Amino acid sequence: MAFEIIELCTNCYACEPLCPSKAIFEAKPHFLIDPDKCTECAGDFEEPQCASICPIEGAILNEDGVELNPPGSLTGIPPEKLAA
Amino acid sequence: MELPVLNNTASEAAKGGCSEGSCGSTDDQMNHLPDSIRDKVKNHPCYSEEAHHYFARMHVAVAPACNIQCHYCNRKYDCSNESRPGVVSEVLNPVQAVKKVIAVAATIPQMTVLGIAGPGDALANPQRTFDTFRMLNEQAPDIKLCVSTNGLALPENVEEMCKYNIDHVTITINCVDPDVGAKIYPWIFWNNKRIKGREGAAILIEQQQKGLEMLVAKGVLVKVNSVMIPGVNDKHLEEVSKIVKAKGAFLHNVMPLISEEEHGTFYGLTGQRGPTNEELQELQDSCAGDMNMMRHCRQCRADAVGLLGEDRGAEFTLDKIEEMDIDYAAAMKMRAEVHAAINEELESKHKAKETKLVSIEGLRKEVTRPVLMAVATKGGGVINEHFGHAGEFLIYEASSNGVRFIGHRKTIPYCEGGDTCGDGESALDVTIRELSGCEVVLCSKVGYEPWGPLEAAGIQPNGEHAMEAIEDAVLAVYEEMRVAGKLAAKPDAAKKAA
Repeated sequence: MAFEIIELCTNCYACEPLCPSKAIFEAKPHFLIDPDKCTECAGDFEEPQCASICPIEGAILNEDGVELNPPGSLTGIPPEKLAA
Repeated sequence: MELPVLNNTASEAAKGGCSEGSCGSTDDQMNHLPDSIRDKVKNHPCYSEEAHHYFARMHVAVAPACNIQCHYCNRKYDCSNESRPGVVSEVLNPVQAVKKVIAVAATIPQMTVLGIAGPGDALANPQRTFDTFRMLNEQAPDIKLCVSTNGLALPENVEEMCKYNIDHVTITINCVDPDVGAKIYPWIFWNNKRIKGREGAAILIEQQQKGLEMLVAKGVLVKVNSVMIPGVNDKHLEEVSKIVKAKGAFLHNVMPLISEEEHGTFYGLTGQRGPTNEELQELQDSCAGDMNMMRHCRQCRADAVGLLGEDRGAEFTLDKIEEMDIDYAAAMKMRAEVHAAINEELESKHKAKETKLVSIEGLRKEVTRPVLMAVATKGGGVINEHFGHAGEFLIYEASSNGVRFIGHRKTIPYCEGGDTCGDGESALDVTIRELSGCEVVLCSKVGYEPWGPLEAAGIQPNGEHAMEAIEDAVLAVYEEMRVAGKLAAKPDAAKKAA
């Protein structure tokens, strides 16, 4: 059970101090989640903290590789406009 | 602490009255402030229209995280050629930021003010922001510190901010109604949850207002920024202006929405337009009935360096400041001398202006129609920029009540100085469009080629006042127009002024 930050990450630091398990760390070219430490916030918070503050749609995946914030879910921009 | 209500130029002018606030230039607004506040703002380019001609500011980009999303912001954006809020080239850690501030302060002694304005939100990165301020308090105590914030985390940080002598805070308040807010803010992060829509906007608004009240109670000067979004909050901002003034904000800065499609923001991609120059000015004028308005904002980047309207950030990249060896004690001495010289110059200008107010009495007896004039300047409060090199023009309104600063208009420099101007012609078209409504353009020099098209567009080029003080020159040209019989008040204008 662990999330993953992918290359869409813009290195904004927002998630790092929020992680209750200290699983998120600064790395090049972008922040990463230590899969051994990540608990998906189970027992600490109702909602996973990194995915709740991340401003970039698609930057964080769950263990099945599914986007926690799919396109359009945060900005309200219709995905067809994003693609254009 | 109660801040006094400022007279404002627009309503006074409309009444045809002649208080200090309506005569001469806009910086006379400062005359209504108690000395303690005037001292705080007189060398702050973002708070004093007059100061922005002389003093420079810088932002350090130490705060990349944000706790809200605004529809005019794209958090993916990072481009060194863009000049607008939220855009930076490199995010700095606090140690790097302090090094950069010291390098800039030693190189540009006119730099009086350091702000943290993102690229996210200063208070969504409290550790990074306050570490920077703490070190600057110790290492460069002659620099004023400012914060710009969306206000969500303001109440919990007011106490801490006051520890670092932060005496200027800007809060971006786009609305006081959650239904309007829901159209601007898709979500906020609050108490460990992402809260969307109206509910999130309501919390944000509550925190902004609470933060504003707390800061005013502490005697901190608060400026309120609002982004004017036509059809979303344009009608609503007059109410915002009234409320923030009642709560003690000292200055209101209504800025135009920037929403180019290529910026990839919600507004950019959904076709939300920004206001025209005329719409912006109209709203600023109507808010001015209630509030001291800022009109010289350039909506700068979160890592801007230099005078407002210029960006010297490229001189202070990390690798360049690494090589600079600075003796700050010596720099501080030199800075104090430069600041004293500027203050002396300003003092003598103020004295000269007091004398002049008497001499323009004659002008006022006759009600003449107001005229907009564009001015090309590189700073220093004088006309010292070639027409073809100007990337922006300052707009002044001359009327029988005196001269007031209206705002600035950006353009593409007509010619970068060479003999061949490439698409000079289309750049000129842009300038002529941007200067719509102006009847004169004052610059240190204007070439033969643009002369004809400018005249044809009803804008008289004028290079006769090079190196003169802007307001003196505007007034002199206005007087020439009056003598030439070009200023007969239109019937409706006369009615308004009477």
